Amino acid sequence: MAHAVTAPPGTGGGERAAALAVRGLAKTYPGGRRALAGVDFEVAAGEVFALLGPNGAGKSTTMRILTTLSRPDAGTATIGGVDVVREPQKARRLIGYVAQRSGVDASGTGRENLTLQGRLHGLSGRTLAARVDALLETVGLTEIADRGTREYSGGTRRKLDIAMGLVHEPRVLFLDEPTTGLDPEVRAEIWEHITGLAGAGALTILLTTHYLEEADRLAGRVAILDRGTIVAQGTPAELKGDLRGDAIHVEVLDPAAAEPARRVLAGLARVREVTVDGVTVRALVEDAAGAVPLVLAALTERGVTASSVAVARPSLDDVYLHYAGRSAKEERA
Amino acid sequence: MSTIASQSWFMTARLLRGTVREPLFLIIGLVQPAIWLLIFGQLFYRVTDLQGFGDGRPYLDYLTPGVVVMMALTRGAWSGGNVLEELDHGVLDRFLVSPVSRAALIAGHLCQQAITIMAQAVLVLGLALAMGARFAGGPVGALVLLLAAILMVLAVGSLSMSFALVIRRSQSLTAVIQFVLLPLVFLSSAFMDQSLAAGWIRTIARFNPIDWAVLAGRSALAEHPDWQLIGTRLLWLAVLAALCALVAVRSFRSYQRSL
Ligand SMILES: Nc1ncnc2c1ncn2[C@@H]1O[C@H](COP(=O)(O)OP(=O)(O)O)[C@@H](O)[C@H]1O
Ligand SMILES: [Mg+2]
Repeated sequence: MAHAVTAPPGTGGGERAAALAVRGLAKTYPGGRRALAGVDFEVAAGEVFALLGPNGAGKSTTMRILTTLSRPDAGTATIGGVDVVREPQKARRLIGYVAQRSGVDASGTGRENLTLQGRLHGLSGRTLAARVDALLETVGLTEIADRGTREYSGGTRRKLDIAMGLVHEPRVLFLDEPTTGLDPEVRAEIWEHITGLAGAGALTILLTTHYLEEADRLAGRVAILDRGTIVAQGTPAELKGDLRGDAIHVEVLDPAAAEPARRVLAGLARVREVTVDGVTVRALVEDAAGAVPLVLAALTERGVTASSVAVARPSLDDVYLHYAGRSAKEERA
Repeated sequence: MSTIASQSWFMTARLLRGTVREPLFLIIGLVQPAIWLLIFGQLFYRVTDLQGFGDGRPYLDYLTPGVVVMMALTRGAWSGGNVLEELDHGVLDRFLVSPVSRAALIAGHLCQQAITIMAQAVLVLGLALAMGARFAGGPVGALVLLLAAILMVLAVGSLSMSFALVIRRSQSLTAVIQFVLLPLVFLSSAFMDQSLAAGWIRTIARFNPIDWAVLAGRSALAEHPDWQLIGTRLLWLAVLAALCALVAVRSFRSYQRSL
């Protein structure tokens, strides 16, 4: 194959080269909307990296720049040493892209969509046919491969999208919100596929999501993107560890009681970052075990009835809250 | 080069497949000219009695090239809609992340339009024959008309795609088409002999590519074609189509830069 994924220039040497290096990436859309304000991160070969952030944070913009669809105003991005702005054609051979909205052509069948994508990458003949068959099998579409994609469900179309991103055996796969809007079962299935791809070791994956659970499950490292800047990055464990202490979750019965409960917690010493999310009030405390009786006593004193008080290690949600200043669920609402 | 050619063909084949699977647009594109032939043919068949109209052929013979060219015009004009759909559905992005030649993406659309307009033109010519039209120019004349229609669809299709890529709003496209198309047709000899039109219309018609295509096709189908007229008009149309295709490629670049 002419476009077989061979080592691009600049990746020689023994050490593990960054599959993806992003420096100072900035982008303002025509019309003055600033989407990225200097984003830096690096992804090592074989790593799964998640960009986590609310709607409008700039996740898709980052993806579109890295996949050569959009141009940055400033900064550089290289894929295996290939600059995406200066050598876009070269970069395109190294990457697979699953866009936020599906790129499936409704007038074709699944197999036709997949085959065309392979052809555009210069594959042909038996190599292509074999790869198409194998990919259809992998994502479980063999049976409906020759049906029109108009009949496909959202989840099926997503699997086809992923197969299309993989048909030319890219080095780096970009997945922009791969499971948004899908049923939990389908989401779990797609997670399994992604885990499988990552497990093979050769593929580097950059995915964006606003599901904290997704980032936690799939990614080795996570960056939290908020309003065009990365506010934190590290492994999920590191990010959680950055938050001193434990998380305490107080649930009240009546949503109207949530605000009084928040005020009670905020008034206590050594309780930080108190937020309300529906009937749940969250906070971080130094010593959760010691804090629970105090919290209960204070609530009772003010006449607020809690249905439960739970203590947990901080979740990625707490991390998110800490850095982005708002809850991810709040964002989605 | 051969890569661009084969890539263009993959894109063409994809679009043709869509056309064949959903022939509604093709059918609508054929019903319209059939209606024009029927209504205009019946409504105006006596205009040939006017002194100075045409070359003595029946009105249906006169009208047919006009209807074919108008069909090409309409087909080309709406082609921007297909590009908008690709754009809206993320299909274009999926092509753009591959190393496919950008020219092939445009060429695919143009080839598909050329092929479908050929099929449609052959059907309309057949229908006209069935209705009693006679074309002394024979198959060669028909080929000239086909060529004129293809050049027309390439020129107008390129402009329509450019418009779609730059403006990116289907309502605007519709508005422009409705505002521009019909007046331009009537400012040509598609339905009416220009020697019977007002002076200013005649002046405009001389620069109207629709008129070039109609004149070339009509003359080629006559008993004694005026090859000089045919040659010059086809040449102008070819130059125009090439210029418009360049505009389309430029618009494509500007679309990509705007993202
Ligand atoms: N094509 C565009 N033109 C203008 N503004 C845009 C465009 N695409 C995105 N934006 C804006 O840029 C910001 C970042 O968007 P995006 O990268 O899509 O965020 P995310 O994917 O994290 O939701 C948003 O404020 C969005 O409205
Ligand atoms: Mg997005």
